[in-house]
Amino acid sequence: MAGVSAGSKTGISYDARGLAEPDAEAPGTAEIDGGRARIDATDLTTRQINLELRRLIYGEGIADVTVVNPGSKHSLAVGILKRCQITFEGSPGWFACGLIDGPEVRIDGRVGWSCAENMMSGSIVVERSAGSLTGAALRGGDLVVKGDVGARTGIDQKGGTIIVTGSVGINTGFMMQRGRQIICGNAGNGLGDSMYDGTLYVAGRVASLGIDCVPGEWTDADAEVVERKFRIYGLGPPPEFQKFVCGKQLHNYDSLEPSERKLVI
Amino acid sequence: MCGIAGVIHRDGPADIGTELTRMLQSMKHRGPDSTGYALYGPADDMVVIRFVLAEPNEVTGLDFEERLERGRAEVESRLAKIGADVATMVSETGYAFRATIRYGGEMKPLADYLEDVPGCEVLSLGSSLEIVKDLGDAETVGGQYRLGGFTGTHGIGHVRMATESDVDLASAHPYWAYPFADVAVVHNGQLTNYHQWRRRLERAGHRFQSECDSEIIAVYLAEKMSGGAPLETAMKTSLDDFDGVFTYVCVTGSELGVAKDEMAAKPLVLFESDPLVAVATEEIAIRALIGREVETRDPYEREVLVWQV
Repeated sequence: MAGVSAGSKTGISYDARGLAEPDAEAPGTAEIDGGRARIDATDLTTRQINLELRRLIYGEGIADVTVVNPGSKHSLAVGILKRCQITFEGSPGWFACGLIDGPEVRIDGRVGWSCAENMMSGSIVVERSAGSLTGAALRGGDLVVKGDVGARTGIDQKGGTIIVTGSVGINTGFMMQRGRQIICGNAGNGLGDSMYDGTLYVAGRVASLGIDCVPGEWTDADAEVVERKFRIYGLGPPPEFQKFVCGKQLHNYDSLEPSERKLVI
Repeated sequence: MCGIAGVIHRDGPADIGTELTRMLQSMKHRGPDSTGYALYGPADDMVVIRFVLAEPNEVTGLDFEERLERGRAEVESRLAKIGADVATMVSETGYAFRATIRYGGEMKPLADYLEDVPGCEVLSLGSSLEIVKDLGDAETVGGQYRLGGFTGTHGIGHVRMATESDVDLASAHPYWAYPFADVAVVHNGQLTNYHQWRRRLERAGHRFQSECDSEIIAVYLAEKMSGGAPLETAMKTSLDDFDGVFTYVCVTGSELGVAKDEMAAKPLVLFESDPLVAVATEEIAIRALIGREVETRDPYEREVLVWQV
């Protein structure tokens, strides 16, 4: 299918469905050194970077890949379903590391909106701040942000852990269904608005609680989880947290996933 | 969608034409329909007018050239009648003009008088503001209007994906706060109480160039400022007065301000240093301006930030 040019300067073509760069191929420019590889993303497009990552991780079986100069490009390292280590030296843009299942990612920079969207397992450590919708629909794994995060962190979260060492914006944990968030700074208005389940820990000031989000009772299990996560990610001694949970007054539901429901029946 | 960008240099003028083109081109995926700029060049005793005599997508018909020529002659004669002394008048496209005039009178009668010419839209009027907008991406528009090398202290830009109104020049951002000199706005979002505010402002004697919700922001802010309010105060009251989701950037002759709605629903990322402040919908635009890793942040809900030149 002939590509339609989007402009001579960008050089990115789209097919009839709107798929970007339908004919792109892995550029093969990574430097491979034993079990490690290094991709310089400066002159590569989003699709070329992702194809190169896939070539290295799936094709070459390399388990430790570093991407340098990501240049805030969107949708990098999306959908990697294999255990490996990925390091970004610099900041990816929006939708970084969405849908991943397995990788341990370290981002030495900041991320834009929707980092780790729908992550299934693995871990992502962001060394600086993050945009809004961070960890949206997170299913599992750990997402650590060592800075401030925008609005609606962990919207629709269905599992996993989000740790933020800074502050979070409005409607954090909006409609979250499972999992936990550990917020070391302040939280904006509407914390945990319309949440179904899950746990929110906040060390700083909470501007206001959302609908049906109520203070929860602190237990030894909470302390154990927080301490363990802080130890794993080297975050020092944890501060004192307040716990917030769902008041269970807003929704009528059962909390089982379809696969779990079968087991019960 | 839509993408917005703004730069303000606090250590003197720079090539803001090239800077904004780079930023806007990097966000082309957010809106390829039209691109616009509001640029502030050095102010002198001249008044700069940017106006168009036709929509770019109506450039057809045998008598089109003739109609433009008639329009241009009519504008010139009206400028002379109202007591404006035309120093220069140039057009890069045939339908969009830039004129510099010596004029000491009120802005509103001048703008009204020129807009009365068939097909004429005054895009901007002021001592340093110049609004340039047209269909296509930033490189197309920036190239067409030769904005590379445009020197100034601050400016804003917009790439538009038409959702609320047509793909035409009237619906393209930035919006000038007709008839207030040197005030312009770019906006990403939707205002749900647009008609209410439009009727209110129309009753107060204002007129609108378009059917686009973003235009009321510019007129609203200029109306407040003409009543004596500083830009920051006007922007703060707008957070309560406007419903909907919005992130907007407003510029005046000496300031650049950003405001986010109470849900922080629309994106904005901010880079701030002593000499330079840059804002954009996505980081990729900040990176297009500054090639290296820099510290940026997302402003929170209800934040209003204003910087001076």
